[in-house]
Amino acid sequence: MRLGSLTKFLVVVLAIIVGFAYYITPLALSVKQGLDLQGGTHIVLEAVDTPEAKVDDDAVQRVVKIIERRINELGLTEPIVQRQGERRIIVELPGVKDPDKAIELLGKTALLEFQDESGATVLTGTDLKDAKAQIDQSKRNLVALEFSDIGTKKFADLTAKSIGKHISIVLDKQVLTSPVVEEAIPGGKAVITGSRTIEEAQRLAILLRSGSLPVKVDVVETRTVGPTLGQDARDKSVNAFAISSVAIFLFMILFYRVSGVVADIALLVYIILQLLSLKLLDATLTLPGIAGIILSVGMAVDANVLIFERFKEEIRAGKTMRAAMDSGFARAFGTIFDSNITTLFGGAALFILGSGPIKGFAVTLGVGIIISMFTAITVTRFLLKMIMQANVIKSSKLFGA
Amino acid sequence: MKFDIVRRRYWWFVISALVIISGLISMVMQGFNLSIDFTGGTLFDLKFAQPVSVAQVREVLQDYNLENSTIQLAGTSTGAETATNVFIRTKVLTDDERKAVQAGLSQRLGSYEALRIEKVGATIGSELTRQALIALALASVLMIVYITFRFEFRFAVCGILALLHDVLVTLGTFSLLQKEVDASFVAALLTIIGYSINDTIVIFDRIRENLKTFRKNESLFEMVDRSIWQTMTRSIYTVMTVLFSLLALLLFGGESTKNFALAMLIGVASGSYSTIFIASPLWVTWREFSDRRRIATKVKGVK
Repeated sequence: MRLGSLTKFLVVVLAIIVGFAYYITPLALSVKQGLDLQGGTHIVLEAVDTPEAKVDDDAVQRVVKIIERRINELGLTEPIVQRQGERRIIVELPGVKDPDKAIELLGKTALLEFQDESGATVLTGTDLKDAKAQIDQSKRNLVALEFSDIGTKKFADLTAKSIGKHISIVLDKQVLTSPVVEEAIPGGKAVITGSRTIEEAQRLAILLRSGSLPVKVDVVETRTVGPTLGQDARDKSVNAFAISSVAIFLFMILFYRVSGVVADIALLVYIILQLLSLKLLDATLTLPGIAGIILSVGMAVDANVLIFERFKEEIRAGKTMRAAMDSGFARAFGTIFDSNITTLFGGAALFILGSGPIKGFAVTLGVGIIISMFTAITVTRFLLKMIMQANVIKSSKLFGA
Repeated sequence: MKFDIVRRRYWWFVISALVIISGLISMVMQGFNLSIDFTGGTLFDLKFAQPVSVAQVREVLQDYNLENSTIQLAGTSTGAETATNVFIRTKVLTDDERKAVQAGLSQRLGSYEALRIEKVGATIGSELTRQALIALALASVLMIVYITFRFEFRFAVCGILALLHDVLVTLGTFSLLQKEVDASFVAALLTIIGYSINDTIVIFDRIRENLKTFRKNESLFEMVDRSIWQTMTRSIYTVMTVLFSLLALLLFGGESTKNFALAMLIGVASGSYSTIFIASPLWVTWREFSDRRRIATKVKGVK
């Protein structure tokens, strides 16, 4: 027995096990979670042509900016706004408390118009400098407006012209209020009354501050996952992952004994590397993604099964343990490579086609396959070489033959 | 325990044909239980404080002209009359319409928690179908090219046929059982394709290896049969580990992954079956046929 080699082996194995136990939970928690795990709303907006405004690249870019501004006002942690293709925008709002209001906020054109009595538009929202929600002394909810310099002049003219008459404040073609003008207002400040709650006033203020959308935007898809469902999904899938991993570990030990133990250690490395690469890629872990990880653990083991079965055949053919192991690795490699590449094609197709959750699944599957080739071949080989050099176990049976 | 696989290949072909045909019949007659991911529409996944019945829900929906919507009770054993968790699928509703329906439901059937609310516009739905077909085609083409390059064209075609077999079996089963088909089902199909071809290549690899050291005292059929049995242990172990993972997902994972796990289970089981009983026998049948033709023309030429 070579004590040096044996010690090296035990040290490495111990380091891997301890490292795994220590890092697995913080690492798993640090990966970005999809909405199906933490709850939230996923919205897809599409810019549509109207007779007044045709969609072009510039318009869509401006829409994205305005949407971003509106979302920032909602004060959510880590919202995502992404343009998809020519005219679609994907918005993800994790943990949003009131999804309906959020959806409404994003899709609204929010074109503010000030019209004189004849209905002609004199001012629009672009003439505003600021808008703030307030409560006045009479406990009314207001939106206080402040006009820009040009706006102030236009508003002064409008009010001067319309003394004793109505002017209308119109939002998206719907009249908000229609007060009678008592005197000219040169100060550039005005209020909009009529909000039923302070939240409503705040939303209107956000809309006005962010600006109106240059083109009409439709909400073509919304998916809201409540927080309990998210939590439930997360807990259950972690459970399933733990159970399936343990089952596979036991299976390997049962059928391949020491080689099986080594393969299991390599699997621990695999799991850590898988999570680490997700973190490095800044990928989002979704429910299908977890399913992908669970599946890839099962398939990662396949490479080891191939190698160890070859090992058994080589031993039966009369080779020594070391030669049989080398031969096992060499001859299985071609098979593993060919079969994994073809699986990767499936994953690539999924990645190109897929949206959100499906892309997440393709990423974990694809990354998983590549990493599993490394851990099943290189790591396992490294560990097996060490323990064989230690000359502790003489019987090939204990290696699974 | 060993039995003749290649010699009995026509049996296996017939069994597969029966399974696929019954699946096809079901697909034509009753179609699929498509989720809103494909059809567009609005989905409510609600958990009521009190158990409700389908009839009660339908009554409320009538007020909004939605009584023709699909209503399902979730998470209960079949045959249960009421449940707390209800799925409602309607046509696409505007936000105002949706809020009205939600208000009506809580007024008449008690408070509930909205686990999930989804709305998918009609165009997005048809896009998913198109994208799914393109992805399937793209993956298949890439695979055929690669396998032809590494093995030979016959292997590629037989591998793809085995894979199509698995896709049809999975589709057919979901149609027969009327299980919901959604975007994750598409992901499952593409994974099944990957797994099936992965599995098939392992046996083809062994056949290719044995072809090199082919002994003339053994027929091609016997050699392929030998190849299959040599890799049998590995085939069984691998499908077992993958099935463990999927069973764990099916039994312990949440509702949302149940359909995905079921599709994968059917696909992987079919994938293993098709690799052993369909792909290799098909290949050897074809190869034997070409070999005989080649020899016949040679003989003709000599004459």
